[in-house]
Amino acid sequence: MIETERYAPVIGLETHVELGTRTKMFCGCTTLFGGEPNSQVCPVCLGLPGSLPVVNKNAIEYTIKIGLALNCTIASWCRFARKNYFYPDMPKNFQISQYDEPLCIDGYLDVVVDGAGGLGDRLPPEKRSFRVGIERVHLEEDTGKSLHVGGATGRIHGADYSLVDYNRAGIPLVEIVTKPVDGTGALAPLVARAYVTELRDLLRSLDVSDVRMEEGSMRCDVNTSLSPIGSGVWGTRTETKNVNSIRSVERAVRSEIERQAGVLDAGGRVVQETRHFHEDSGTTTSGRSKEEAQDYRYFPEPDLVPVAPPVDWVDRIRTSLPEAPAARRARLQAEWGLSDLDMDALRNADALDLVASTVAEGASPADARKWWLGELARRANEAGTPLADLAITPVQVARVASLVADGKLNDRLARDVIDGVLAGEGSPDEVVSARGLAVVSDEASLDEAIRAAISANPDAVASIKAGRAGAIGVLVGAVMKATRGQADPARVRALIEQRLA
Amino acid sequence: MDLTRLTAAELSGKLAAREVSAAEVTQAHLDRIAAVDDRVHAFLHLAADAALGQAADVDKRRASGDALGPLAGVPIAVKDVFTTKGMPTTCGSRILEGWHPPYDATITKRLKDNGVIILGKTNMDEFAMGSSTENSAYGPSRNPWDLDKIPGGSSGGSSAAVAAYEAPLAIGTDTGGSIRQPAAVCGIVGTKPTYGGSSRYGVVAFASSLDTPGPLARTVLDAALLHEVMSGHDPMDSTSIDAPVPPVVQAARQADISGMRIGVVTDLSGAGYQPGVMTRFSEAVELLEHLGAKVTEVSCPHFKYALPAYYLIAPSECSSNLARFDAMRYGLRIGDDGTRDAEEVMSMTREAGFGAEVKRRIILGTYALSSGYYDAYYGKAQQVRTLVIRDFEAAFGQVDALVSPATPTTAFAIGERVGDPMAMYLADLCTIPSDLAGNAAISVPCGLAAEDNLPVGLQVMAPALADDRLYRVGAAFEAAFNDGQPLLSGAKGLDG
Repeated sequence: MIETERYAPVIGLETHVELGTRTKMFCGCTTLFGGEPNSQVCPVCLGLPGSLPVVNKNAIEYTIKIGLALNCTIASWCRFARKNYFYPDMPKNFQISQYDEPLCIDGYLDVVVDGAGGLGDRLPPEKRSFRVGIERVHLEEDTGKSLHVGGATGRIHGADYSLVDYNRAGIPLVEIVTKPVDGTGALAPLVARAYVTELRDLLRSLDVSDVRMEEGSMRCDVNTSLSPIGSGVWGTRTETKNVNSIRSVERAVRSEIERQAGVLDAGGRVVQETRHFHEDSGTTTSGRSKEEAQDYRYFPEPDLVPVAPPVDWVDRIRTSLPEAPAARRARLQAEWGLSDLDMDALRNADALDLVASTVAEGASPADARKWWLGELARRANEAGTPLADLAITPVQVARVASLVADGKLNDRLARDVIDGVLAGEGSPDEVVSARGLAVVSDEASLDEAIRAAISANPDAVASIKAGRAGAIGVLVGAVMKATRGQADPARVRALIEQRLA
Repeated sequence: MDLTRLTAAELSGKLAAREVSAAEVTQAHLDRIAAVDDRVHAFLHLAADAALGQAADVDKRRASGDALGPLAGVPIAVKDVFTTKGMPTTCGSRILEGWHPPYDATITKRLKDNGVIILGKTNMDEFAMGSSTENSAYGPSRNPWDLDKIPGGSSGGSSAAVAAYEAPLAIGTDTGGSIRQPAAVCGIVGTKPTYGGSSRYGVVAFASSLDTPGPLARTVLDAALLHEVMSGHDPMDSTSIDAPVPPVVQAARQADISGMRIGVVTDLSGAGYQPGVMTRFSEAVELLEHLGAKVTEVSCPHFKYALPAYYLIAPSECSSNLARFDAMRYGLRIGDDGTRDAEEVMSMTREAGFGAEVKRRIILGTYALSSGYYDAYYGKAQQVRTLVIRDFEAAFGQVDALVSPATPTTAFAIGERVGDPMAMYLADLCTIPSDLAGNAAISVPCGLAAEDNLPVGLQVMAPALADDRLYRVGAAFEAAFNDGQPLLSGAKGLDG
C-alpha cells in the first residue's frame, strides 16, 4: 500500500453490540430475533405517552463484564443521558444513552497482526502486537428498524413508503469506542480487522452477546484519517458506517486510506463526513456531512436514577470473568500442539470453540480439527451457514470420532453418519443402527470375504509374493466391495498381510 | 340529602354503613355535572357508563362482604394527563385528540383497584403548561366562585370540578404549582406530595424531574384519604421512592400543632402580592400561633431565582418529552397525502397540533439545551436548583414546616393574562420552590380577599417524606378557621 509511505493513517472504531439479555433495556419485552414485526413491543419500548423506563440490571452487569474484560475502570456513579433527534424508528425521538458519564472508561485490548493479510512482501513476516486503547464502553437502547420501500437507494429519501419494526427498539446496546490508534502505518487495515476479531471473540467468551455481524447484533463504524508523515498533526477524519462483516472492516479502512490519499495528492481537503460502505464494490460513498452535524442536546435522563454499582458487586463480576480468548488460544495451541498457521485456520473458520468442545468430549485434537475443518466446513459452506449453525453438536462429532477410533466406523461410513445426523435422524449411534452402517467386524465373515478375494485374484497374490506390496490394494478393494464398504480397511489390510505372510 | 355536598369521608362512612349505594352517589354527581358543567367546563370526557358500571361492581362486592378500601364507591375526577384504558387521554392538546391509551397509569389502576369511581377526565392547560386552563385546546374551564375568572391551572378542570360539587375528589399533577395554585384560587385543598411519593407511570410527562401527581379535595382529611390511596412505591417508575407512605390520614385526624415550629418565608411576600392575599395570610399565621405553633421568620434568599431557573429546567425537559408527538404512531397526523416525506408530516402535525404556549416552551427548552448554551442556561439553572434545595435544608434545620401565600393574587379574569406570558408565569411564584426541591407542600383555603371576595390559599411546605406535617398543620388550621366550616360552604358560586 504505497499511500502509507507518504501518509500516516489514524483509525478509530466504534462498535455497537446488542446484548443477549432475555429482556429489553428498559422494559420486560423479549429480545428474541426474528419475531413478527411489532409483536415484541409494549408501551415503554413504543415510547407511548406516560410510559417510563426501568433499567435492566442484567444489562448493567453485562456492560461491566465487558468493561472489566477490556481492562477499563468501572464508574462508581454514572447517569444515562438523552440523545435528542427526530427519526421515525426512534419511538421517543430521543435515545436513552450515556454521554459524559459512561459506565466504563479507559481500557485497552491487545491485538496481534501478521503478514497473512494479503499485503505480501511489504510487510515484515513476524507478528506484531498493538495495544488498542479503549476510550469508553457505554450502554444505550437500540432503535427500531426501518424498511424503505421503493426509490433507488433503499434510504428514506425517495422511498415510496417506509415500514418500521419496533421489535428491536429498546434492545440493550453497548457502544465500545477506541481511542485513536496511530503508528500502525500500512498495517492499519489489518489492525482494524484484528481488533474487531479479538473483540468478537472476547464478547463471545463473556457470553454477553451472540455477536453476529450478519444479524446486526454487532455493528461497526470505522473512523479513518490521514496526515502527511512527519507532519505531527492528525488529518480530518471520516466515519464509515454500514460495515457489516469483519472482512469489510479491513476493506473499509483500506478503501478510505486510498480515497483520502487521492484527495490529498490532488491538493484537496478531506471533508469531515459520514460515509457508507458498499460490500459489492468495497468502496465508500459520501453520506451526511458532519459539518452540518446535528446538535443532540444531551442532558441527564430525568426518568432514571443514577447507576452506582457497588464495589463488591463489581469485584464479584471481576472474579467470575472467564479466561481471556488470547490466553486461551495460546494454551489450547500448546495443548493441541498446533502450528500458528493451523491455529489461524481454526480461528478464521470460526471453529475454535467447536473444536475445543469436541476435544472436551473426548475426541483427539487432530480428529476434532479434521472433522470440523474438513467435512463439516464443506457442508457449512455448501449450505451457506456459519459452522456453528450446522445441525450437529460437538458431542455428536466427538462420538463419530470415537466410533472411527474404535474401528466401528471407517471414514466413509462416518460421513454417512454425519449425513444422517444433519438430516435430523438422531444421534450418531441412532443413525448407525437405523442405517445399518456398522463396520463388518466379525472375524468369520471377514475371513470369508478375504478367502474369496485371494482365490479370485491369483495375479495380485503372485505380485504381492513377488514383493510388489502395492498390489495388496486390489485385494483390500475387493474385500471392501464384498462388504459394501462396511469393513475397516486398515484391519482388512492387516488380515490379508497376516494370511499371505 | 344532597349527596354532592358531602365530603369524601362522609360518603365513605355512609357507603360503609350501606346508607347509600355507590350507584346513588355516582348518579348524584353525574346529575350535578349535567346541571352545571356546560357553565364550568371542568370535564373533557365524561365516562358515565363506565362510572355506573364501576359503582354497580362496588355495590355488588360490598353486598357480598368483600373488604373494600376507604374510598370504594366515592367518585373522582381525573386530570386528562393520566392514561386511562377505555377513555381518551388528550392532555388538553389537539395533537392527542382521539388517542385511547392501551394502558392505565399506575394511579388510575390504584383508583380502580380501590373502587374509586372515575367520573371522567378533566380539562387542563395543554400538557400541563399554564396557570389558568386557557392553554387547553378545548377551551378554558371556569372558576365556580365567579365564572368570569380562571379556575387556576394547569389542573384547573380538577379544581373547578371539586369546587363546583361535580366531584368530591380529583387528582391533578403539580410541576410548578399546578395542583396548589388551582386549589388556592378555587378555595379548596390541593397537595403536591414529595416527588417520587406518587407514581408518574402513565402520567404524560411535561417535566420529568418535577411532575408530581397529587390530590384535590374540599377538606384536608379528604385530601389525605386520597393521598394515601394513590401514593406508594411503584417499580414501574424508577424515581418512585421505596418507602412507606407517610401517615397522612392519621396526621389529618390528629390535627395537633402545639409546639410545632413554623417558619414564615419572608422572601415570598412584598411587591406583586395582592394586599387582600397578604392580609388573609397574616391572619392565618396568627391563627397558627394561637393554636400553639412557635412561629418565626425564615429567609430563603435564593427563592427569587427559582422562577427563572424553573423556566429553563421545565421547558428543557418538555422539549425532549414532547418530541415523541410526531404523527408516526398515534394521535394527530397532518399532511400525509402521499406527496410529503416523514419529516414534513412531523413538522406540519406539530405546527397544527401544539398550541402557542407549548411551542414557546419547546423552543425555549431546545435553545437552553443546545450546544454552546447548555452551561449558561440548563447547567446554571440546575445550580440554582441546588441553592434552592440548600435554602430549604437550612430552613428545615430551624423549623418543622414553612408557610407562605399559595399564590400572589386571587383568581384573575379569563383573558387577562393570555397575552402576557410573564404575568401568567408569576402565578406560580410561591409554589415553584417546592417543586424544584422535590419537597411536599399543600394549599389550604384561608379566607376571601377583601378586594374581590375570592379565595386565598395558605401554603404549607414540609421536607421530603414529611408529607404528614402538611396534614397536621392543614387540618389544625381548617378546624379552627371559619368555625370548621369549609370556605366553600359560604360561596354564592353557581347556585347563588
